[in-house]
Amino acid sequence: MCLAVPGKVLGIEDRDGTRMATVDFGGVVKEVCLEYLPDLQVGEYAIVHVGFALQRLDEDSARKTLELFETLGLLQEEFGDPWEPAEPDANGRTEQPADAGDGAAAQEAKR
Amino acid sequence: MAWTCPMPLRDQSRVVMGHGGGGAMSAELVEHVFAPAFGGPVLAQLSDSAAVELGGARLAFSTDSFVVRPLFFPGGSIGDLAVNGTVNDLAMSGARAAYMSCGFILEEGVELSVVGRVAQALGAAARTAGVEVVTGDTKVVEAGHGDGIFINTSAIGLVPPGVDLRPQRVRPGDAVIVSGPIGVHGVAIMSVREGLEFGVEIESDCAALGGLVEAMLAVTQDLHALRDPTRGGLAAALNEIAAASGTGVVVEERAVPVPPPVANACAVLGLDPMYVANEGKLVAFVPREHADAVLAAMRTHPLGREAAIVGETVQTHPGMVVARTGLGGTRVVDMPIGEQLPRIC
Amino acid sequence: MKYIEEFQDPALARKLLDDIRATVTRPWALMEVCGGQTHTIIRHGIDQLLPDEVELIHGPGCPVCVTPLEVIDKALEIASRPEVIFCSFGDMLRVPGTGRDLFQVRGQGGDVRVVYSPLDALRVAQENPDREVVFFGIGFETTAPPNAMTVYQARRLGIPNFSLLVSHVRVPPAIEAIMRSPSCRVQGFLAAGHVCSVMGTSEYPELAERFRVPIVVTGFEPLDILEGVRRTVQQLERGEHTVENAYPRAVQPEGNPAAQAMLADVFEVTDRAWRGIGVIPASGWRLSSRYREYDAEHRFSVTGIDTREPAECRSGEVLQGLLKPHECEAFGTTCTPRTPLGATMVSSEGACAAYYLYRRLDLEQKTVSREGASVV
Repeated sequence: MCLAVPGKVLGIEDRDGTRMATVDFGGVVKEVCLEYLPDLQVGEYAIVHVGFALQRLDEDSARKTLELFETLGLLQEEFGDPWEPAEPDANGRTEQPADAGDGAAAQEAKR
Repeated sequence: MAWTCPMPLRDQSRVVMGHGGGGAMSAELVEHVFAPAFGGPVLAQLSDSAAVELGGARLAFSTDSFVVRPLFFPGGSIGDLAVNGTVNDLAMSGARAAYMSCGFILEEGVELSVVGRVAQALGAAARTAGVEVVTGDTKVVEAGHGDGIFINTSAIGLVPPGVDLRPQRVRPGDAVIVSGPIGVHGVAIMSVREGLEFGVEIESDCAALGGLVEAMLAVTQDLHALRDPTRGGLAAALNEIAAASGTGVVVEERAVPVPPPVANACAVLGLDPMYVANEGKLVAFVPREHADAVLAAMRTHPLGREAAIVGETVQTHPGMVVARTGLGGTRVVDMPIGEQLPRIC
Repeated sequence: MKYIEEFQDPALARKLLDDIRATVTRPWALMEVCGGQTHTIIRHGIDQLLPDEVELIHGPGCPVCVTPLEVIDKALEIASRPEVIFCSFGDMLRVPGTGRDLFQVRGQGGDVRVVYSPLDALRVAQENPDREVVFFGIGFETTAPPNAMTVYQARRLGIPNFSLLVSHVRVPPAIEAIMRSPSCRVQGFLAAGHVCSVMGTSEYPELAERFRVPIVVTGFEPLDILEGVRRTVQQLERGEHTVENAYPRAVQPEGNPAAQAMLADVFEVTDRAWRGIGVIPASGWRLSSRYREYDAEHRFSVTGIDTREPAECRSGEVLQGLLKPHECEAFGTTCTPRTPLGATMVSSEGACAAYYLYRRLDLEQKTVSREGASVV
């Protein structure tokens, strides 16, 4: 249910007493109602469903989630213990192992 | 009922939009209503353009009608489509369109300046495609009985000796080549469709493909089949060829060129780029041994710069198109049923 | 698109899959509640990549699928009226009512329009003051606030010719109904991320505790699904049953208070019938008495509809996870996306359609090897 995608706020205006934003979805720009996220600012990302911004996208969480995924293999390699709680590591991004597959895959993902 | 129907059209007593969508419903309409009524061995082949012999010459002959809304869209107009849609049908049989007819159905009240702009666009597109408009017709319907401007065009051209492009020639092991990024025309049209408007820096890929096909045939005349993936998109084109040839098609999903604005518009609207319409692209089924040379030739042509091998035909799952997903799974790419609609879920 | 592509990365998917494989020791049955997640799973072939021990059961979280036949028939009736412009999300147009769908109503002269946003329907009403504009308000907690906004705005802007045909449903009562079913096989839930973007996570700890079942709030991209599975399996293997948020970039514990406030003003909780499942107490919303005049059912007294569900459709069992789509005798034979018996074969996220579209190859090959003949 509920196809919702993250978009970036380009501009905000009041229309007929309703707070509306121009939102960019990777080169696709649509009008979005901001009534449910009245304090959303230009430059921020939000989850948009049927023309409504419903939740601010927490960019920090997004980064941490990805970093957590990056560490999964590492933990197994280092400790061989899948029970070890996988805490997101703020430094994980800069200390990735030289895994050729990763870069290629990221490139592929941007087709 | 005047016509005999080998199998009743299920569930539908009236025409719905899906009958014109280029998918399974369109095919049913032709198969069950038109083909039985008209008969004839040439029509029975149900290809985009008919191949006929006349006075010793091999002719390709095709007709197409254009009911696009809005009339003008980013990168083109109904005038461009009316030329390119029809000449491309010929190009898919290897023929270069020579002569074209053009019928206008105008709605009472349409501004003459609009008709003029469409005519100018049509004329310019015909010159670019190298086809000459030699006959035409105009009818006017009462206000409210049309949608501004409808156009029908037909074209004929010569099929070069030795060229035989048909789905039936496709064999397991053929390479499947797409001439460039898909979904561009469909997304450009959707971006200006009433109720759906969105901003996107993308223009229709509407173009005449005769020159590209000539460049490909210059490498080898032994191409097996070509198809322009218009309505129903790449998915419909691949399914048609798979069904007609009795081979299976495997598509490497990540090899299919999808421009980011198309991918993102599809993500917002809940559509699959494989089902979005194109107007200036072709998909080619080429014997494996010629694939690299044909691809190289395509890439030197302006309309094939981003051509890519996206898959191959196989003996397993005959008639079925299967995509290998980016994660390594597989899924069936089915024939679209009717109109593609934005979804919320 | 940023925040989508990163969560489709095949290399990270492999890491998550490896981790799941290393964790799982015995069979577990998880339900992804949301049809959007079903769509992702099947489209990317995720269920093929998971270890055999992890079984995914596709839940009832598809508003198109669970909108009751009676409401569809009311929509068809209202859309057929000459004074009405009937606006709907594209998803609903092919859903079969008794004998026909909205596409066919349009073919018979009804003014049926597809909109992207409910606000578009409101604009149609403003532009056509001499017509009655009805919007088909379907959906879960995610879609309910946008639809609620139209009614609120219609009143604020004085747009009298707009009304809403409401069939909203709520997730937590459905989870409860599934867990109460005597034949329930579900051992863990992937909860619907975007529902929680609106409602937050506070409705779930009580359910997790009462039914001793882990509930992991999960997003919609392939990596999100895998992370939801990974965390659920981790809990099951440890014998835990808590609520976790595996989609923190889009879900805050408190949800969206402004949207919740609007829901509380415009709607009131009601018992709601789910297509194929039956009435689930307190599982839906209807317009509150304050907005009764904008209720299309009230405005167009729709009566005398003979609602009949095809007897051979077993979508209810599919939606409850009791039956896999291909185990239904009608699957792929009398029931296909082209000639659907039930809504689960229509919606692109309906479990039956998803199986038909993306799994047919697999099923065909299995059937061939088992019976020596193809079912398709």
